[in-house]
Amino acid sequence: MLDRDEMIRAYRGMKTIREFEERLHIEIATGDIAGFTHLYAGQEAVAVGVCQRLRVNDFIVSTHRGHGHCIAKGCDVKAMMKEIYGRQDGLCHGKGGSMHIADVSIGILGANGVVGAGAPLALGAGVAAKMSGEGQVAVAFSGDGACNQGTTFEAMNMAVVLKVPVIFAFENNHYSEHTGDKYAVGAKDMASRAAAFGMLARKVDGCNFFETYEAMGEVIQYCREGNGPAAVEFDTERFFGHFEGDPQRYRGVKEVERLRETRDCLKSFRRKVLEDGRLNQKTLDDVDSSVMALIDAAVLEARQAAPPVDADVLTDVYVSY
Amino acid sequence: MAVMTIREAITATLHAEMERDPNIVILGEDIVGGNGTAGGPEAIGGIWGLTGGLFAKFGPNRVIDTPISESCIVGAAAGAALAGKRAIAELMFADFVGVCLDQLYNQIAKFRYMFGGKSKCPVTVRITYGAGMNAAAQHSQAVYAMLTSIPGLKVVLPTTPADAKGLLTTAIRGDDPVMFFEHKTLYTEKGEVPPGEYMVPFGHARQVREGRDATIVTCGQLVGFSAQVADQLAKEGISCDVIDLRTTSPLDEEAVLDSVELTGRLIVADESPPRCSLASDISGLVASKAFSALRAPIEMVTAPHTPVPFARELEKAYLPSPANIEAAVRRALAYR
Repeated sequence: MLDRDEMIRAYRGMKTIREFEERLHIEIATGDIAGFTHLYAGQEAVAVGVCQRLRVNDFIVSTHRGHGHCIAKGCDVKAMMKEIYGRQDGLCHGKGGSMHIADVSIGILGANGVVGAGAPLALGAGVAAKMSGEGQVAVAFSGDGACNQGTTFEAMNMAVVLKVPVIFAFENNHYSEHTGDKYAVGAKDMASRAAAFGMLARKVDGCNFFETYEAMGEVIQYCREGNGPAAVEFDTERFFGHFEGDPQRYRGVKEVERLRETRDCLKSFRRKVLEDGRLNQKTLDDVDSSVMALIDAAVLEARQAAPPVDADVLTDVYVSY
Repeated sequence: MAVMTIREAITATLHAEMERDPNIVILGEDIVGGNGTAGGPEAIGGIWGLTGGLFAKFGPNRVIDTPISESCIVGAAAGAALAGKRAIAELMFADFVGVCLDQLYNQIAKFRYMFGGKSKCPVTVRITYGAGMNAAAQHSQAVYAMLTSIPGLKVVLPTTPADAKGLLTTAIRGDDPVMFFEHKTLYTEKGEVPPGEYMVPFGHARQVREGRDATIVTCGQLVGFSAQVADQLAKEGISCDVIDLRTTSPLDEEAVLDSVELTGRLIVADESPPRCSLASDISGLVASKAFSALRAPIEMVTAPHTPVPFARELEKAYLPSPANIEAAVRRALAYR
């Protein structure tokens, strides 16, 4: 069972992601932030349920909707915010932006702008983990969109063939961009697809932190013990559009309001821990205040940070020139 | 003549051609949008808003929303074409050419030749490309040079609404695979569009400005920049011949060579990185076929040899600008 510190850590992680995204939604509307941004709000219980089970030297490969994964794996929130603002001392020096957040020093092998590109990369990290023999695992985050790419199928098969410690984390938020999973995913679900490739597969409620954390505990142990890959399908929800600015005409009437009411992982977490008496109101509220302060400071610092200079365009193509 | 945007011209052409030829099928991600959602189909009509209304008019057999599977979008278009249909495939971003390169490079480009001329492959791949929206390294690339290098593919880059209509009609009605590049910053470009049937043949460049002092050969987004530079320099009595290639394969060599014979000075303005680029290709052409006409070294204005950066300041520094083009013209003119 989760101890008190672990529960506070989980809540803080989910709250940080939520407030990061809610704030970005507001800041993007001001025009201060350039480019395409895809928000993760609604799916926090997946990122945190997965990453809280990982060690610093485990690997994740993220997606275009990657802020949540990166925060959960331990990214410096302020450096990440600066990156999204395109600043010189952003996490990737303003070169990558929202879609390319990465910090390989803590196993974040990058958010990714190409849907389906991630699973083969996680397979490779799994190969590396097997070579190192230190019990590391690699997680491939993929959505219900990426699950239909051939690359994802190839990676699942190869992971089984090579028996590498890769966890395919399928986040089914029911929309591949603007198209529903009922239309685009031609199978009962992703877990049964993964099982058909010959790996351990589980399916859980991705809006319930306790379920995601529990399932990850099982599959990570299985992978660390050298049994080969595993998959978990998370039934989750996307609170914002595909990208910021998406008019979301494909959504049902009051659909998002209903999801925020009934499928909010933060609300259900609070309710559960308060009911069980495992955390009290004040503890949770204190986390809320410190998270809000962190996000406020991150935005303020990002706004004031220096932009890159022209000469920066030419650096970092090769290690040496 | 009606005034419309490039976006509207492309949409109207898709409607007109699909109306005219019941044999045409179009496939892509979210080209309908909203399938399998509460909002229902036609909720979006393409992420760039170009395919709206097609589904309602032509139905699910001819207007196919695909899962995110670029290899299958191009592959299915190719297979349908080999099976006797005429296909239009949409790639949401040119960068995703990387996902489906086999279908472009090893399949559709080679069928006709490999099969001894016994097959046709009438596939138009519509590809949104280019930098200027801070979409970073995997959503901003100008990959036309790479595809131009592949024998068997025709490569088209419209820069006006009239050309968008004329070139797209030619692409769809032709029997060869065509890479139809639509620059994301040019979708809102307005202009007059001829009514009714209008086709622009491939391999015929467009003279955007007439001049005698220097030749600027370009395509895509940089056509507008180059015209701007020509207008600016005209005030000083410097006249530039600005050539919009329109199609990089087939290439209108004659237009380029004739202009250089006249001006003796060549500037090639190319949005892609410099190595093995359109700029180096045109420079090679002129160096080998119009060497004696050159009165100054050829100037290549290109993006740097780097991926496309994200931050506003960096992307601005990355993209060739009117100022870069103007400086190149001045260098060519100042040469001895």
